[in-house]
Amino acid sequence: MAGWLEQLLGKKDKSAEQAKERLKLVLIHDRTDLTPHQLEVMKNELLEVISRHVAIDPSAVKIDMAQDGREQRLIADIPLKPANARRR
Amino acid sequence: MAAKVLTITSGKGGVGKTTTTANIAVALAALSYKVVCIDADIGLRNLDVVLGLENRIVYDVVDVVEGRCRLRQAMIRDKRLPELYLIPAAQTRDKNAISPSDMVRLCDELRNEVDWILIDSPAGIERGFRNALAPADLVVVVTNPEVSAVRDADRIIGLIEAEEKGPARLILNRVNMNLVKRGDMLNADDVLELLAVELIGIVPEDEAVVVSTNRGQPVALDGKSKAGLAFQNIARRLNGEQVPFLSLDEKDGFFARLGRMFRTGGA
Repeated sequence: MAGWLEQLLGKKDKSAEQAKERLKLVLIHDRTDLTPHQLEVMKNELLEVISRHVAIDPSAVKIDMAQDGREQRLIADIPLKPANARRR
Repeated sequence: MAAKVLTITSGKGGVGKTTTTANIAVALAALSYKVVCIDADIGLRNLDVVLGLENRIVYDVVDVVEGRCRLRQAMIRDKRLPELYLIPAAQTRDKNAISPSDMVRLCDELRNEVDWILIDSPAGIERGFRNALAPADLVVVVTNPEVSAVRDADRIIGLIEAEEKGPARLILNRVNMNLVKRGDMLNADDVLELLAVELIGIVPEDEAVVVSTNRGQPVALDGKSKAGLAFQNIARRLNGEQVPFLSLDEKDGFFARLGRMFRTGGA
C-alpha cells in the first residue's frame, strides 16, 4: 500500500527524477562558471555590505542561482528587521 | 535556389549525429529537395558508410579545399534518390587540414545549386566543430536522455549562442519509452525544461536503426519503422510544416490512447 502510494504521489526515488535534479545543479554551475563555494563566499560578502546599512537577520537571507530559460539569475531574498528592533 | 545550411552537432560523441545527418538528408531528398551533405569529421569519416556510399569515394572535402579537384568531382551522387549528394571527409588527414573560412567558401559555392546543405559535425568543441558551425544558417543539437549527453548539449548550445548561430534546435535521440514509463529515463519535457531550447524531433530507440546501418540503408528511406518516421517528421518540420510529435508507446492500446487524450502534445 505504502509503496503503491509512493509511486502515485512521489517520484523522488525514480532515477530519472534524480538525473533531472542533478543536472539542474550541474547546468547552473556550468553556465555561470561559479562553484557552490564561490557562491557562498559572495553571499557572505553581500551580507556584510548590506548589514552595514540596514539590520538584517543573516539566517533568514536566501541567495541562490535560478534558471530563467537559458538565462541565469542571482535571486536574493533579504528580509529586513523591523525599525523598532533596530533601535534597541 | 538559395540553400539553407544546417549543421548537426552534439558536443558528446556517440549520440547519433551521423545517423541523424544521414536520415535527415535522405528524408529531405525524398521530399524532392536537392540535398548535399558534407562530412566535417576529418580523420574519422563515417557519413559515407552510414549512407552506404563508401565504395564510391574518389575525392574528399580536403581535396576540394586544397584544389586537387573541382567541387562537382567530390560530390558523390546517391543512386537511390535523384538529388542526394555526399561530400566525404578525408580519412588520412586531421581536422586542421581545413579552416572555418574554407567551409564558408565551400558552402557559398554550393548555395545556388541546392536546397539544403547538411554538415555532420565532429564531436567536441574544437576546430572540427568550429569548421562545421561557421557556415551554418541553422544548428541542430542531437542528444540522448542521459546526464552526460544533456550536460554536453547544454555546453554546445551555449557556444552556438556565443557564436550568434542560435537559437539551436534539439533532437532527442534514442528515447526508450519503456524506461521513460518506469521513471528510469528523462523524458522530452524534462530535457526541454533543462536545456530551454526548441524541440524539433524525438527519435525512439529502434532496432531498425542498427539493422539499416549494417546495410548502409538509412531507416528514413522507408517510413515503416518508428525511427524512420521520426526522421521524416523532422525533415518536414525543417521545412516549416507543423507535424505533431510521435507517440512512442510500444502498444497502442485503449489505455494508451485514452492517456494521450488527457495530455497535451503527447510524447
